[in-house]
Amino acid sequence: MSEIVKKFMYVNRKAPYGTIYAWESLEVVLVGAAFDQDVSVVFIDDGVYQLTKGQDTKAIGMKNFSPTYRTLGDYEVKKVYVDQASLAARGLTQDDLVEIAWEDMETEEEVENIVEVIDSAHLSALMNESDVIFSF
Amino acid sequence: MSILHTINKSPFERNSLESCLKFATEGAAVLLFEDGIYAALTGTSVEAQMNGALETLKIHVLGPDLKARGFNEDRVIAGINIVDYADFVDLAAASDTVQAWL
Amino acid sequence: MSDMIDVDGKQYAVDEEGYLANLNEWVPGIAGVMAKQDNLELTDEHWDIINFLREYYEEYQIAPAVRVLTKAVGKKLGKEKGNSKYLYSLFPYGPAKQACRFAGLPKPTGCV
Repeated sequence: MSEIVKKFMYVNRKAPYGTIYAWESLEVVLVGAAFDQDVSVVFIDDGVYQLTKGQDTKAIGMKNFSPTYRTLGDYEVKKVYVDQASLAARGLTQDDLVEIAWEDMETEEEVENIVEVIDSAHLSALMNESDVIFSF
Repeated sequence: MSILHTINKSPFERNSLESCLKFATEGAAVLLFEDGIYAALTGTSVEAQMNGALETLKIHVLGPDLKARGFNEDRVIAGINIVDYADFVDLAAASDTVQAWL
Repeated sequence: MSDMIDVDGKQYAVDEEGYLANLNEWVPGIAGVMAKQDNLELTDEHWDIINFLREYYEEYQIAPAVRVLTKAVGKKLGKEKGNSKYLYSLFPYGPAKQACRFAGLPKPTGCV
């Protein structure tokens, strides 16, 4: 455990499968979660496509890592933000996205879905508050 | 907190510039390099957008990448600052964090 | 070059760290052979965790890091099993790493 908790932000702007960015980012988030920092994961532009429900990669012979996003809560990630304008531009709403649950075993505090759709100004402010930004 | 936003993709190929300008807030620095330098040139369809951005942001362009692609300061939008590699390092060091718009 | 392990006369490829190369090839006998190599006798308690891991992988497509495993086991199998002391008593080489290997899963994501 580190004494000083830093604010880590992971910014995802690429669709899954077409390039390796999305999977690489997710792996870095999961590995990084071991360091007990204040982590937020952000989806902007085509990055919002990473969270769509119902992905099925059987026919393209690639690993379907869509279900893996649902473990973010288990990995103690509690902040997942999606850019509202990016969603709207792609004809999507929150209903099209997977839900990620979070639960604190000690306190039994539960959040049914930590995926939050927020506007760009709110996201900008969060970005400005980050100590470290990882861009994908 | 100050952020250095970097853009290394052409504004005509990707929306990196557009997204960057959407999220960068007043006083932030933007550095255009590699194919990102095309956004710094006059006479393009993004010039008006760049002039608007210059009202609140400090915008820099990497000279060596400009030169490599056949352009010089005559073609750079007024107000955009041309920097070299050492300046790039200074910019990054002076910022709290860097967001790369890939 | 990968190593092979022999289970009931059949050869299975494993990577340099001993994890099964192709997780679709897994059969329960593999866990038994791997456990024997580690001087462990598998009990029902071991199998609870191995099966749990396989279900976890099936659902989420990753092998969980140790503290994630601990948390998830606690949720599913009860708090008395969801603690690292219990899990280490079953899998002395590390509950996530060793149990994932027995379960035919890749090395856990987020084990540093």
